[in-house]
Amino acid sequence: MSHSSKHHGKEDLGKCELSLTVNGKPETVRVYPMERLLDVLRQELGLTGAKEGCGEGECGSCSVLMNGELVNSCLIPVLQAAGTNLTTIEGIAEGPQLSALQAAFLECGGAQCGICTPGMILASCHLLNKNPEPTLEDVREGLSGNLCRCTGYMQIFEAVAQAARHRAGA
Amino acid sequence: MRSDPADYELIAPGNLKAVVSLLADEPGKWLPIAGGTDVMVLYAAGKLPARKLVSIWNLPELRGIEISPEEIRIGAGCTYTELREHEVIAREFPLLASAARWTGGIANQNRGTLGGNIVNASPAADSLPALLVYEAELILVSGRGERRVPYLDFHTGYKKMRLAPDELIRAICLGRRYSNYLHYARKVGARDAQAISKVCVAALGQLRGGATGSVIGDVRIALGSIAPVPLRLTEVERNVKGKPVEPELVQLIRKMTSAAIQPIDDIRSTARYRGAVAGNLVAEFVEQLGTTARHWEDDYE
Repeated sequence: MSHSSKHHGKEDLGKCELSLTVNGKPETVRVYPMERLLDVLRQELGLTGAKEGCGEGECGSCSVLMNGELVNSCLIPVLQAAGTNLTTIEGIAEGPQLSALQAAFLECGGAQCGICTPGMILASCHLLNKNPEPTLEDVREGLSGNLCRCTGYMQIFEAVAQAARHRAGA
Repeated sequence: MRSDPADYELIAPGNLKAVVSLLADEPGKWLPIAGGTDVMVLYAAGKLPARKLVSIWNLPELRGIEISPEEIRIGAGCTYTELREHEVIAREFPLLASAARWTGGIANQNRGTLGGNIVNASPAADSLPALLVYEAELILVSGRGERRVPYLDFHTGYKKMRLAPDELIRAICLGRRYSNYLHYARKVGARDAQAISKVCVAALGQLRGGATGSVIGDVRIALGSIAPVPLRLTEVERNVKGKPVEPELVQLIRKMTSAAIQPIDDIRSTARYRGAVAGNLVAEFVEQLGTTARHWEDDYE
């Protein structure tokens, strides 16, 4: 008994164990229920693709898919992610191959400094899953919650259009 | 200063009965959290006074939109995405559909809920003027049972509302009686997407035949971001009813609107700008009502 309390220490008080599936892989973590999903992904699971930009749901750098829906992981207490299926940027490539969407971002110059890119890709992925043939207006709206300070957005819109054409042709 | 998660308790009982009995046992001690789009912003900034939170995200009893011939009943836990994508809301309550589209980006629309937007009670919330003009009713639930109250006077002051510490909003009800109205919605912000409103307007109106042509019949006008609470302009409404749409009336309405509101200077805008824009938007609504009148008259010729 004393061994286990020494092992966990004072910091462990209030933590809970919860399971979630990340990029197809079942994971179990021991965390405080109010920890932000973003911090658990980055610190507990070592998935540092999702970035922290604003930390208040305005910039979209921390976007992930939760049960297929686009969410800002900085606004989710991890307890609410228990039992869900998550996709992060680390789960987007098809094995060693970049997905068509990722390749299009590179080809079109849609990725520059890279901070917004994981969120942009997840938001684009969510958009194309819901709407495989988006108009430019649909793309603008689908990505309106993701801010980029490098590209000026036009290359990103072109990348999404190219990926949509690729999907339609494939 | 960022919050330390070790200082907070969060539980997820998973059903409404358990949440309601928790609130009944310790009224005011537990803060309900749905999609977290407001609560987590305060939490991240170290400004969340509550230390004990109870998750109501995904509670089955708060989900779903029920349609009956007389009304639609929107579960308080419905997200903006669900409101946007619902056919009946798009067709019969377009002001609410527009507000859902204006609120945040896609990720926030996937998590933000209508019930959460009401209790967060921001005077700048875009959905609240729409609920005012559709004369929504709220179903509140607690250990003492359910009660149904008009939304019209639910918000009583800045972040103040007629909700007991042991109560939750369970659903929002809208009567299906506005198919013959002009629905008018405008938001003025720094940009279209993801910008909090400087001024937003929701209005409904219809014309009726008068002795010498069409006059304004039933009319409702509500504004957001221009007072400590979302405001129905009942005085202005009274003054336009029964009158034909003429340039003098439009001028009068513009002045009356600016006088009826209490806008403030803040980081998003100035009181002066808000007053002028609010007057212009309400005037535009009344002018548009007049245009529908001319169309009807053309039809009769």
